Amino acid sequence: MKAVITVIGHDTVGILAKVSTRCAEYNANIIEVTQSVMEDLFAMVMLVDITKISCEFTDLQSALMDLGEQIGMKIHVMHEDIFNSMHHI
Amino acid sequence: MLNTKDILETVHMIDAENLDIRTITMGISLLDCADSDIDISCRKVYDKVCRLAERLVPVGCEIEKTYGIPIINKRISVTPIALLTAVSGGNPVKYAQTLEKISQTVGVNFIGGYSALVHKGFSAGDRELIESIPEALACTSHVCSSVNIGSTKAGINMDAVGMMGKVVRRAAELTKDDNCIGAAKLVVFCNAPEDNPFMAGAFHGIGEPDCEINVGVSGPGVVRHALQKCPDGDLTEVADIIKKTAFKITRMGQLVGTAASEKLGVPFGIVDLSLAPTPAVGDSVAHILEEMGLEICGTHGTTAALALLNDAVKKGGVMASSHVGGLSGAFIPVSEDAGMIAAARSKDLSIEKLEAMTAVCSVGLDMIIIPGDTPASTISAIIADEAAIGMVNSKTTAVRVIPAIGKQPGEELEFGGLLGSGPIMKLHNDRSSEKFISRGGRIPAPMQALKN
Repeated sequence: MKAVITVIGHDTVGILAKVSTRCAEYNANIIEVTQSVMEDLFAMVMLVDITKISCEFTDLQSALMDLGEQIGMKIHVMHEDIFNSMHHI
Repeated sequence: MLNTKDILETVHMIDAENLDIRTITMGISLLDCADSDIDISCRKVYDKVCRLAERLVPVGCEIEKTYGIPIINKRISVTPIALLTAVSGGNPVKYAQTLEKISQTVGVNFIGGYSALVHKGFSAGDRELIESIPEALACTSHVCSSVNIGSTKAGINMDAVGMMGKVVRRAAELTKDDNCIGAAKLVVFCNAPEDNPFMAGAFHGIGEPDCEINVGVSGPGVVRHALQKCPDGDLTEVADIIKKTAFKITRMGQLVGTAASEKLGVPFGIVDLSLAPTPAVGDSVAHILEEMGLEICGTHGTTAALALLNDAVKKGGVMASSHVGGLSGAFIPVSEDAGMIAAARSKDLSIEKLEAMTAVCSVGLDMIIIPGDTPASTISAIIADEAAIGMVNSKTTAVRVIPAIGKQPGEELEFGGLLGSGPIMKLHNDRSSEKFISRGGRIPAPMQALKN
């Protein structure tokens, strides 16, 4: 099972490091990372494997959302199926 | 492989454009709860619904978190209570109180099905239930009621139409200290769908399975935002953009419905492909019409723009879902739509224009506040007009008007929450429809009924 983490906000130093450290703490394996700047906003999208995470999916979500608040970024963690179903036929 | 642009588009839809699942509604049959003793019947209803819907709200919240998509309402629809009243007799309000207790036990926002289907005539229990509606809605806060008074196949039951004018008025009178909220929980239908997940008109039809999950999607803000990116395209392009957007919204509904059905172990019924507005800024169907190029919703061209929107929503959505049903189309509830409220306040939107719009959209005259001194016969006549549009066009139409008892012209009713607020709209109250309504009888089914 995979989840998509999106991080959106103003670019600062160490965003990728902080998010990936938090993922590692919960044993979420990062498969792919892309970064871009859209309309002055930094946007990072990570695909992570959550089959072997050390907690409930919702705990990982809460942990990353809390991190988002700490670093002033908007972080969403969503199951990949929502994107597959909306954008693939 | 997932595309970053698609991912960010979805996140933006949810964050900034009010994309949500409007409702997961569990339909539950109560046919096996009927007992000749009303108290036993009520107890069976309570036990069955609480058993089946026990996990509805927690599962809804879990799905909401997993997919990161808000699910605004978790609701229940049940078999029309008039069918139970037919068996048990007694005061039907006891069923309303039971449903209210259920809503508190399982934590749903609304429970629909305090209903009767009388499009051809009344059978046992129907009159008793209809007469009890005002009291049932006044003594409960989560129960919704609907009555089907006409269909393309059966014509219009004008005796029932006559009754419903009085019932709507009475429902408002009994709740006049609470913004006449009783009438906002009551819908009068022609061609009522049996799998509608939206309130206040949801009930669980007798052709439906014992229990099922129906999902209603939303997303006017998403459609408007998509159109903003194409300010000068022609209307063919506009229709294409709406179709593509509706497809994405509906796919999400299908995903959520399938997940809920699996987790609850209940069959998945339908997705209702609807653009359901809320009073929140950025979530308005009227603003989509304005985005198409109308200065304000209600001006000339509104009916054409709505027809385009309604059709494109269905075309886009139908391929995205394995089963489509319910009301499916664009909703135009005046008090629940920021753009409609503004147009009604500025008197650019009249009840006549709304009536024309209902011929091309998915519902009818919805959440319209009318003068408190409107005679019951005028309300009945409004219902008859609307039912005629539905009957002749083989579509669902409905009337949910709220007589603003004790309020003066220029005042407003404030329902709060998703029901919104709105000004009193002008009617032709000085011209009577009394004689026409008092004739009663049935308007015969139109030629459109003879399809075999």
